Amino acid sequence: MTRFRRAFARNRLAVIGAAVVLALVAIAVLAPVLAPWNPNRPDVKKILDAPSGRHPFGTDELGRDVLSRIVYGARVSLAVGFVSVGIATAIGIALGSTAGYLGGLVDATIMRLVDLMLVFPRFFLLLAVLAFLKPSIWTIMAVIGLTGWMPVTRLVRAEFLALKEREFVVWSQSIGASGFRVVWRHILPNAMAPVLVAMTLGIPAAILLESGLSFLGLGVQPPYATWGNILSQGRDHIEIAWWLSVYPGLFILITVLSYNLLGEGIRDALDPRLRQAVGRLVVRSR
Amino acid sequence: MRRFAGRALACLALLAGCAACAREVDSAGDDAPRSASERPADGDTFIRPLVGNISGLIPNITSDAHSHEVGSLIYDSLVTFNRDQRFIGQLAESWVQSGDCRRLDFKLRRDVRWHDGRPFTAEDVAFTYRTMIDPKTPTSYKDDFEAIERLETPDPYTVSVTYTKPLARSLMTWGMDMLPKHLLEGFVRAGKLREAPQNWNQPVGTGPYKFASMRPGEKIVLVANKDYFEGRPHLSRVVFRVIPSQSTVFLELKAKGLDSASILSGLTALQFTRQTGYHAFRKAYHKYRYPSNSYTYLGFNLKRPFFADRRVRQAIAHAIDKRELIDGVVLGLAREATGPYKPGSWAYNPNVKAYPYDPPRARALLAEAGWKDTNDEGILVRDGTPFAFELYTNQGNDERKKIAEIIQADLREVGIAVEIRVIEWASFIKEYVKKRRFDAVILGWNITPDPDQFTIWHSSRMGPDDLNTVSYANPEVDRLLEAGRQTCVQAERKQYYDRIQEILAEDQPYVFLYFRDALPVISSRVRGVAPGAAGISYNFREWWVPRPQQRYTAE
Amino acid sequence: MLLYALRRLLLALPLLIGITFVSFAVIHLAPGDPTAIAQTDPEGRWTPELIKMMREQWDLDKPLHVQYWRWIKRLVQLDFGRSFSQDGRPVIQKIGERLPVTLLLNLIEMIIILLLAIPIGVLSATRQYSLFDKVTSVFVFTGFATPDFWLAQLFVLLFSVELGWLPISGLRHVNAEYFTWWRQQWDFLSHLVLPISVVVFGGLAGFSRYMRQSMLEVVRQDYVQSARAKGLSERVVIGKHALRNALMPVVTILGLSLPGLVGGSVIIEWIFAIPGMGQLMVQSAFERDYPVIMGNLVIVATLTLLANLAADIAYGVVDPRIRFGGRRARR
Repeated sequence: MTRFRRAFARNRLAVIGAAVVLALVAIAVLAPVLAPWNPNRPDVKKILDAPSGRHPFGTDELGRDVLSRIVYGARVSLAVGFVSVGIATAIGIALGSTAGYLGGLVDATIMRLVDLMLVFPRFFLLLAVLAFLKPSIWTIMAVIGLTGWMPVTRLVRAEFLALKEREFVVWSQSIGASGFRVVWRHILPNAMAPVLVAMTLGIPAAILLESGLSFLGLGVQPPYATWGNILSQGRDHIEIAWWLSVYPGLFILITVLSYNLLGEGIRDALDPRLRQAVGRLVVRSR
Repeated sequence: MRRFAGRALACLALLAGCAACAREVDSAGDDAPRSASERPADGDTFIRPLVGNISGLIPNITSDAHSHEVGSLIYDSLVTFNRDQRFIGQLAESWVQSGDCRRLDFKLRRDVRWHDGRPFTAEDVAFTYRTMIDPKTPTSYKDDFEAIERLETPDPYTVSVTYTKPLARSLMTWGMDMLPKHLLEGFVRAGKLREAPQNWNQPVGTGPYKFASMRPGEKIVLVANKDYFEGRPHLSRVVFRVIPSQSTVFLELKAKGLDSASILSGLTALQFTRQTGYHAFRKAYHKYRYPSNSYTYLGFNLKRPFFADRRVRQAIAHAIDKRELIDGVVLGLAREATGPYKPGSWAYNPNVKAYPYDPPRARALLAEAGWKDTNDEGILVRDGTPFAFELYTNQGNDERKKIAEIIQADLREVGIAVEIRVIEWASFIKEYVKKRRFDAVILGWNITPDPDQFTIWHSSRMGPDDLNTVSYANPEVDRLLEAGRQTCVQAERKQYYDRIQEILAEDQPYVFLYFRDALPVISSRVRGVAPGAAGISYNFREWWVPRPQQRYTAE
Repeated sequence: MLLYALRRLLLALPLLIGITFVSFAVIHLAPGDPTAIAQTDPEGRWTPELIKMMREQWDLDKPLHVQYWRWIKRLVQLDFGRSFSQDGRPVIQKIGERLPVTLLLNLIEMIIILLLAIPIGVLSATRQYSLFDKVTSVFVFTGFATPDFWLAQLFVLLFSVELGWLPISGLRHVNAEYFTWWRQQWDFLSHLVLPISVVVFGGLAGFSRYMRQSMLEVVRQDYVQSARAKGLSERVVIGKHALRNALMPVVTILGLSLPGLVGGSVIIEWIFAIPGMGQLMVQSAFERDYPVIMGNLVIVATLTLLANLAADIAYGVVDPRIRFGGRRARR
């Protein structure tokens, strides 16, 4: 652990990433305290007002305070990231550990399923499903989660294959511990490190996906703000209201950037054996 | 993405009278002199945006605005409207309507030819009629033609139509596009009109433009019909560019890649007023502003317990600040609606009950209806049920989304919680509107010059495919609607429609929000644009560009 | 070799069936009655016989497994049915019009990404924690972190509206048919510059970071160290020994990254008005056009499968151990 800490601390970008991630979580949690205005109350006398003392980030096309919307948007955007990645991770761990532990036909079947899901462009699947569902933040989280479990499954399975042969596992099996117990107590904790990296990289991907969906009008429902939907609305007025594009854009950029730097930092500080497997994640996450 | 959800009641959607048809004075670079003596020049290409793909080029069987936009240049109808929205003959030279409005006799022009050279005759009119009433024809405009008792063609240039009952709006229904019998008869008989090549890339009409080419998803090119019976159109080519993203349309406009844009292609009021004021834009385009013929409303599902009580609907009308709404959504470029008729049109009744913004009055009305207590979130409660409902509208319409957000905030002030659901058009209509799975909707109607709104308000029209989607039923309104469509005497009809407006204002099945102004911009090199009661594109055939300013030389 | 390829092909067959199953399930498990788009017309006064006709034509009145079976039977003959939308055109025709553009764009994007990402990855690995490494890290991640629709907007405003250098949208000038052949080609290419730039900027991160990682691993290997010890120049060590080995795993992720690129074309094609598969996918999803959505999913997934297969086989050619070992290196 100390080796990990030292390796991590050496990577300055990763440390910055970690700090920013923490700050963003704080913003989301403290939104009601930090937001100076009601984020959803229109005020038609203040449509597209430029940043000022009263509205540090200006107002949007319905006269709502952009700063307050971004602060509240942090809640929704981060929630989309956390929950959808949570779903994907849960499925991934369940399937990956089953495949890795049982092996044989079960393993082959699960891995074919992974292969199968990986040949579909994720955005196509999202579109196909979302267009048919009643839109809500929950469906969006669920659908992003349900299309993102494949990399985690692969990682967990690979870890299991490697760990299964280790002495401590073989030993607990030999003294007759149940399969579930072995998995839960001995293998899983050891396999968590790469999963953590996968989660760190999955969250920004989910935030970006949500913004893409907002762009097509399939994102979180109005009047609730997400960084993605503030940005996609602001786009049309960028020449006269730069603040509507620049601030939410910066927030997305900084968030995604810091999560990625953090994720890479954790990965680099990990056991070198794990690095390669995790490396693929970045490529797929869009 | 469709902007205007509710299309017309008939396929002709033109204006119902015009109070103030003025051109926007805000255009700078209009330096060329434009005296009446200037002779129109032929040539140049006009580029228009389409924000969706067309679904077919036989307008009679399509219902999307994009297909109609293209189709209207390829086909003609027996009658059409002039600038002041009076009927004029197009394929018909003249007509006679009987006093009881049960009979129409048309004399057809003899000099009309289809684009393939065949003459246009009464046979084609009869064929179009048979096509419209054929159960195998997938059209939304059957109703008007099923009212016909018989249609006769005593000679190739005469058509006599007899209706089973008097139908006041009958002449308007002949704004339907005429189809070529010699090409389409087989397809209609086989029930495969959609699959006819004329519906896709070989349309043949009698109109001012001929189909030239198409690249699906990219563009459609029409060329001037040089043999058009009223003289060739001046603009030699019309190119419709398919650009699905409304933001991209605006960018193309700024870069002069397009010659026109309007609400139909996603030009918002905000962009129109605040983002087109700079010199280069004002030099390149003229901005126009005139009252459109469509209104936007908040409709209640009257079958839902929340809205069964009229006082609740009236309370909501009082709780919505219409002025603020118009300022916020269209920057004031609309007029408040009091009913389903446009202010200034002959059927409009200005003396109906008004609902000024008055939250205390709203709260009082709600209390009368039993909504007295509030829960800890400040939401009204009756018998343990909080007053919380879902407000639906379609995606891709920025205005409606904003309306929903303002209404939500307004109603929250009087203790009503609103959840907004913005749903893509197809599922919105199919899964929610048709199945009546909504509490309230924000939608719009395009209204026709004829005030007959039987299909929207009559209690017999509450079926799943019918237009009385809010399930409004009032025996007196039913009677008035029936009477109104069966007489041709305008003074008499006005009495009926005046009374209907009074009742609707009292009942508030809709909160009528506003009639929006049409806000098109058109390239400043184009001459002959003259918006009127009939809109702006009624005389597209007469638009022209002076030689020195012609941008595209291809002929 | 041929045997190996055949075996891989055979193994892909169950996946092919899986693809059709997923494509079908995704849509039919969602709630809602799959009746014709016809009914979405608020004024729709469709006769009952017309609706019945449509339902029969599309087997909508049959149980799901029957629908699936019939759909598969037609699929085998490459008959994807007719679109539900009002144009009612054959699905295969609609997709056929749009597939080439998307393929072309993705191919070009892939090549450019590789051409840029490999050198960036190699250089930042050999100079780990250097200024170059840090700057490119931030640069590629910035690309990854910028929502592509926003980037596209900024690019268009700058390069098209303000500077007027490049066309905004579409694939051809409206008057392209009157241009000379050479000018047509130039015109076409200039339309591709902005969309491709946006995608490339967004896609650099994946490959360059992977390349960097792969290179870092290889450099630590014994044979590289011993090559160094032998006194070979750094250029030879990196350029000849390390690079070759570091590139191997990149080949395997080529196939994996393909669906991501195609998925990204949804937004790009929407913004730049490029009539490709992505745009078709959005439109058909919005119109609930079942046959087109299913056709799209099947075709894109199958093409990806084939690309993966090709990558596998290519990998087998380069590295015979895999061919004879029977197990693929990547799992």
